[in-house]
Amino acid sequence: MCLGIPGQIIEITDVDRQMGMADVSGVRREVSLLPVAEGPLEEMVGQWVLIHVGFAMAVIDEDEARLTLEALRGLGEAQETLEQMAEGKKAFEEAR
Amino acid sequence: MRFVEEFRDPDAAKSVLAAIAHVADEIGATREKPVHIMEICGGHTHAIFRYGLDKLVHGGIEFIHGPGCPVCVLPRSRVDECIELAERPEVIFTTFGDAMRVPGTGKSLMQAKADGADIRMVYSPLDALELARRNPDRQVVFFGLGFETTTPSTAFSIQQAAREGLSNFSVFCNHITVPPPIKALLDDPHMVLDGFVGPGHVSMVIGVHPYDFIARDYGKPLVVSGFEPLDLLQSVLMVLCQIRDGRAEIENQYARVVPEHGNPASLAAVADVYEPRPSFEWRGLGEIDASGLRIRDAYAAFDAETKFGVGYGAAAGRLVVEEPEGAACGAVMTGRCKPTDCPQFGKGCTPEMPLGALMVSSEGACAAYYQYGGARAVEVAE
Ligand code: SF4
Repeated sequence: MCLGIPGQIIEITDVDRQMGMADVSGVRREVSLLPVAEGPLEEMVGQWVLIHVGFAMAVIDEDEARLTLEALRGLGEAQETLEQMAEGKKAFEEAR
Repeated sequence: MRFVEEFRDPDAAKSVLAAIAHVADEIGATREKPVHIMEICGGHTHAIFRYGLDKLVHGGIEFIHGPGCPVCVLPRSRVDECIELAERPEVIFTTFGDAMRVPGTGKSLMQAKADGADIRMVYSPLDALELARRNPDRQVVFFGLGFETTTPSTAFSIQQAAREGLSNFSVFCNHITVPPPIKALLDDPHMVLDGFVGPGHVSMVIGVHPYDFIARDYGKPLVVSGFEPLDLLQSVLMVLCQIRDGRAEIENQYARVVPEHGNPASLAAVADVYEPRPSFEWRGLGEIDASGLRIRDAYAAFDAETKFGVGYGAAAGRLVVEEPEGAACGAVMTGRCKPTDCPQFGKGCTPEMPLGALMVSSEGACAAYYQYGGARAVEVAE
């Protein structure tokens, strides 16, 4: 009940009640856009949102997601460098 | 872009695990002298077990499972009150599925349903609203349960019911908040905690600042985290780096979903509909100041407590219900022991015949151990 699920808003179904149709892994469900609706509702169409007990609670921020993934990748590269450094050290030890 | 697969990439996981091991070694964490990191949220507990992260991380890291499972911290008397409401002939009682199998002192909602009470599982409080529209001659009560993540959904639903003038819809409000029990845990001299992984979906609503006191007053790091394996691993790494560098800050790993100041529309709806109760009882933690919410007088017409005279506010001289014999629910809930330390684990208490909510909730620590630990966990218990 506390876990959200990502879905994509595909159309606005009720402007008064701020409801929209979401596609959640192929399943359609009408959700409330009240938490995320700021400007014109139509602008929500196509957006990925995190859906939680029938409410779109957050718009998933693609730029932030990319930054997080980049940080993770950077970690991988840093790790490689560290490993190479460790290897390098060993090479000296072997030489002795 | 849903960003699910990307955050499950095994290669990336390997490099984060290596980085974790590196920092853990730097700070001298070992199996004998581990760093204790509490994941507050039951959803995180389940993700950790589902992906076996507890086994994959450096041995010097010990996960302490926190009280972030809203059904598990619900005293059994609250379930009894739900059944009392549900057994009224005019009532259609609606609830999230999570609460169905949670034992009360006598029976669970599931058993009450089998005995004839009109209890219906719904996915959303919006479904309960729709039931009320379609059944004008019945009283539809929704069991409002959960932390800051679910509270906005019932607040919006009550506002909607008020706009429509629906007179047969009410909420049995047992909403609770995350920061007060964390403070209670930090004040407990028996707890050894070095840092926290914070519940991302709570912060999606309240932002990151309600946790500032943890860093400022208690000097502990907290990293707000997403729910995919890479999110959790990266958050653990961020906590470790803070410990290594002697920092205590509130950081946000889950920025793709969590804005610094949360969700303004949700916060406004919650403030409009709810106010804090002076105190609220938590299973395993006792009464905690200002840790629960009740419906404001302006919305009393939608408050099942007021409407039916049942529940927390109505119960004069509340009795604290004893735990079932031999059950360690309270200690497990507060991270003082592991589910496998409970004498009833896998014996007197199984998902089919639960003694505590921890065994049946999708976010309960005992359920996570049972489901993903399987035979191994039972062996340990023996
Ligand atoms: S195993 Fe059952 S009785 Fe023991 S702590 Fe878990 S839920 Fe409670």
